[in-house]
Amino acid sequence: MIEISHVNKWYSPTFQVLTDCTTNVTKGEVVVVCGPSGSGKSTLIKCVNALEPFQSGDILVDGTKVNDPKTDLPKLRSRVGMVFQHFELFPHLKIIDNLCLAQEKVLGRGHDKAQTKGMQLLERVGLKEQAQKFPAQLSGGQQQRVAIARALAMDPIVMLFDEPTSALDPEMVSEVLDVMVDLAREGMTMMVVTHEMGFARKVANRVIFMDRGEIVEDAAKDDFFGKPRSDRAQKFLSKILSH
Amino acid sequence: MFGNLDFDVIRRALPYLFYEGMTFTLTLTGLAALGGLIFGTALALMRLSGLKLLGRIAGVYVDFMRSLPLVLVIFWFYFLVPYIGQWVTGAARPISVGAFASSLITFIMFEAAYFSEIMRAGIQSISRGQPAAASALGLTYAQTMRYVVLPQAFRNMLPVLITQTIVLFQDTSLVYVLSITDFLGAASKVAQRDGRLVEMYLFAAIVYFTISCIASYGVRRLQARIAIIR
Repeated sequence: MIEISHVNKWYSPTFQVLTDCTTNVTKGEVVVVCGPSGSGKSTLIKCVNALEPFQSGDILVDGTKVNDPKTDLPKLRSRVGMVFQHFELFPHLKIIDNLCLAQEKVLGRGHDKAQTKGMQLLERVGLKEQAQKFPAQLSGGQQQRVAIARALAMDPIVMLFDEPTSALDPEMVSEVLDVMVDLAREGMTMMVVTHEMGFARKVANRVIFMDRGEIVEDAAKDDFFGKPRSDRAQKFLSKILSH
Repeated sequence: MFGNLDFDVIRRALPYLFYEGMTFTLTLTGLAALGGLIFGTALALMRLSGLKLLGRIAGVYVDFMRSLPLVLVIFWFYFLVPYIGQWVTGAARPISVGAFASSLITFIMFEAAYFSEIMRAGIQSISRGQPAAASALGLTYAQTMRYVVLPQAFRNMLPVLITQTIVLFQDTSLVYVLSITDFLGAASKVAQRDGRLVEMYLFAAIVYFTISCIASYGVRRLQARIAIIR
């Protein structure tokens, strides 16, 4: 589904953020990307739908080359759902309109059809009653669930999550993770940048550990948590799991 | 001091002042604000487009307009437009556009320079995550601007845009250089005819003051409301 091969990215000639990153995500797989801050994990996931450009290497999504200038990027992105750290709901639109905008303008769905789909998804994330409110009237956890519903409304073939719980108050983390766990169990292909190791243990198939722009470890979940091969991953895990 | 003032002259001139004068002033203000906002937004998008040439052209235009006194622009434009029209259309003689059309075009062009700076600030005030989220959903650049960025920029900048329009409302009185009958022009004509300069100019000042004051008060209330929504 996602094939990343030898991706390099520089912010300036002397500052390399991604170094020779190669991995892949197959259909139905849930891959968790973790690592210390500044390790390039968010940058890597943003390269997948070309929100961040990169200088060399290739990324293919469902067979389409992301870094080909001839690729119809809006069309490709409409099939790749993305959830952001800071939710990024559109504050001037009601919740239901947040879910309908791209359905109507990008997929060309009729208004009624988009509304029906939007309400179904709001019900699924438990926020049907909030449909007529504005984003600022919702809590962070609710906003992030709306953001997930908004991405799902496009019927994506893969979902990208960029630290979806990092900006949330602790008591709201689980309501978002619950939605994500359900999604994973239904067979959605997911690439998730997160520090939530509980989530990784529960549903991940594979864990990728990044440090200083490199993919240091790319292993099946049990191997990763059982006995990480690299020193850096071991140190990271001992820090993050010691509490 | 007020002993020999005749305030009845105002009462008698009221229909003329408002039906002709104020109607013209408000029409010019409204159309110039609308046109200036549209043209100004286009200029702001040019400057933020990332295309060097487009940005440069818009930048030079804005700086040029902002460094000229408005009254000069009105004056020159009125005399130049017929010749520009002649040059563009290749007509045999200068094209007559009329004082209203000429002043409207002038105000749109002039105000666009100011509105473009306001809209530019408004667009830049929106976090980069917003267009990123719109792109991630598959919206094109134009759709992102139209449905996500510009509505927010406009809403955030609405108080400033209205304040600028209040200034425009006062500035429209400068069309007197073209002997157009706007509100001040009408008051001035009555004042000259009846020899009642003090009364008429005093009344005109009070009317401009009242309207601008009420509008400013409206802006403050609007600001408070927007602050709550955000």
